[in-house]
Amino acid sequence: MADTVLQVAGLTRYFDVSKPWLNRVLEREERQFLTAVDDASFEIERGETFALVGESGSGKSTIAKMIVGLLAPSRGTIAFDGEPMHIQQGAAMRNLRRRFQMIFQDPFASLNPRWRVGEIIAEPIRTFGIASGAEVEREVARLLEVVGLSATDAGKFPHEFSGGQRQRIAIARALSSKPEFIVCDEPTSALDVSVQAQILNLMRDLQDEFGLTYLLISHDLSVVRHMANRIGVLYLGRLVEIADSKRLFTDPQHPYTRMLLDAVPDLALSGRRRTPVTGEIPNPINPPSGCAFHPRCPHVMERCKREIPLSRPTATGTAACHLLEDAPVA
Amino acid sequence: MSLSDQSKTPGRLARAWDSDIAWSFRHSPVALVAGAVSLLIILAAAFAPLIAPHDPFDPSTLNLMDGFSAPMEPNAFTGNVYWLGTDNQGRDVFSTILYGARISLFVGFAAVLLAMVLGIAAGLVAGYRGGWVDGLLMRVADVQLTFPSILLALLIFGIARGFIPPAYREEMAIWVLIVAIGLSDWVQYARVVRGATMVEKNKEYVQAAKLIGAHPAKIVLRHILPNVLGPVLVIATIGLALAIIAEATLSFLGVGVPPTQPSLGTLIRIGQGFLFSGEWWILLFPSITLLALALSVNLLGDWLRDALNPRLR
Repeated sequence: MADTVLQVAGLTRYFDVSKPWLNRVLEREERQFLTAVDDASFEIERGETFALVGESGSGKSTIAKMIVGLLAPSRGTIAFDGEPMHIQQGAAMRNLRRRFQMIFQDPFASLNPRWRVGEIIAEPIRTFGIASGAEVEREVARLLEVVGLSATDAGKFPHEFSGGQRQRIAIARALSSKPEFIVCDEPTSALDVSVQAQILNLMRDLQDEFGLTYLLISHDLSVVRHMANRIGVLYLGRLVEIADSKRLFTDPQHPYTRMLLDAVPDLALSGRRRTPVTGEIPNPINPPSGCAFHPRCPHVMERCKREIPLSRPTATGTAACHLLEDAPVA
Repeated sequence: MSLSDQSKTPGRLARAWDSDIAWSFRHSPVALVAGAVSLLIILAAAFAPLIAPHDPFDPSTLNLMDGFSAPMEPNAFTGNVYWLGTDNQGRDVFSTILYGARISLFVGFAAVLLAMVLGIAAGLVAGYRGGWVDGLLMRVADVQLTFPSILLALLIFGIARGFIPPAYREEMAIWVLIVAIGLSDWVQYARVVRGATMVEKNKEYVQAAKLIGAHPAKIVLRHILPNVLGPVLVIATIGLALAIIAEATLSFLGVGVPPTQPSLGTLIRIGQGFLFSGEWWILLFPSITLLALALSVNLLGDWLRDALNPRLR
């Protein structure tokens, strides 16, 4: 496919987690860096849903924040529709900002409690000068109806709504600047299961209606399976596998992906033995040598402790594992 | 015009009446009494020219023969009766209290306003920017905290006296007093606002505003400020009581407002000179007024703090 909306290449971000200067000098410690995202590269096509999955601390949200410009990358580039971000300024940056939006995880924190719903949704419209005067109100009313709320809700405050309704308001705000690309950072993880499906279906309907492209961040594999066309699996800041959604669930290539899938609770009660994920994600300040997954990998080889595996094409996408070089995983 | 016009929700007043705060106010006897006393004194002070029998600071209305009238007793020379008696110059104590409370309250409100504006601005900047700006502002605040605020006010007062020409000193005294009390009180506002700002700035609604490229000043003033005002309101109420007392202290020490525009503190200073010669009313009534005012405002502040604290419900 040629129509790439977002191109991420070699994206890396570390955080300085050093102690204050005086402590370092007295305790003879070196500066410490936490590598949250390490050399991540992927592309997102127009109109698709690309999902990033991984355990807590794997760098999912850091990638999301860098893409929308809330965090600057330490290395690497992000190009939106061929235009590199983070070096744009003034009107060009403004123009670029209008085209992407974000839906946040916690609908209780993402809406300003002192603002009326109408003002919240109107803020991007006013900031980007999309409409003015009475037009703004009409647009807000239209957006509220698009996400399944009533136009009269514009005069209420966020605390008058339930979690699912608030997430609808957050979606209306994200849509108000008429974006092409929306980053959804765990949009349903703070919601009841019964409401999750409603919000996900609303997001799919809106995708079809407005031709949106989604980057979905989630740790919930059932959400990802329901929504995504392609999936990237993150482990300790590295993308270990990217594959088409259907193939990933039936034919996982990387041992970590397999481990994640084996751990999913089986509601169908098919009698399949559930294998819990063993071990914990290591400390990213002091990651394991070589392949970061080697301490937990059932197929660990001597080479894995020395060399960082490179991403290479597989039958279903790409994966980074030494096993895949010689023979397919047994 | 506004979006609220479309809503079917009840009006502002009805919602305010139904709010948790109003409910808590209606069900707290202490808050009701303290609120009533504060309101009474504030209204009496505000409408002093209409209520007071005469303007005690207009020399043409004074009669020295009226001096030292005891409360509710006819004067020995003129036969005039004064509710709360008169002082050595024949000024009606009731009228001086009304006019004095006026000055005390004005200085108190203005000083709190100044401290609040300074403190909120410093707190917002320190909390939002962080880094060296935060470090610098908070170290200044730490240094300021090591000085007792009365001492600091005396210092500012002394410096101001050096700058202001003698001819303007009397007029400027009240403003110097406001600046002195205001400058010595901003730290607590700054600290509270800084802490609250640091919590708010990481919330997702602020990130959503950053995301669309909203100006930092707009984010701070429109998004963060309304969400950090709750605790500020509590400090401001208790701060008002403290500012009134600070003003009284300074005036009592003779560095406050001049006798031509006496505040409650000045009246107490004047009155204590007559206590042992038997004219107790000149001291007692201004003191009771000051006590009632400071106590009721302070109790209101305490109530507000508890009412706004969800953990104490």
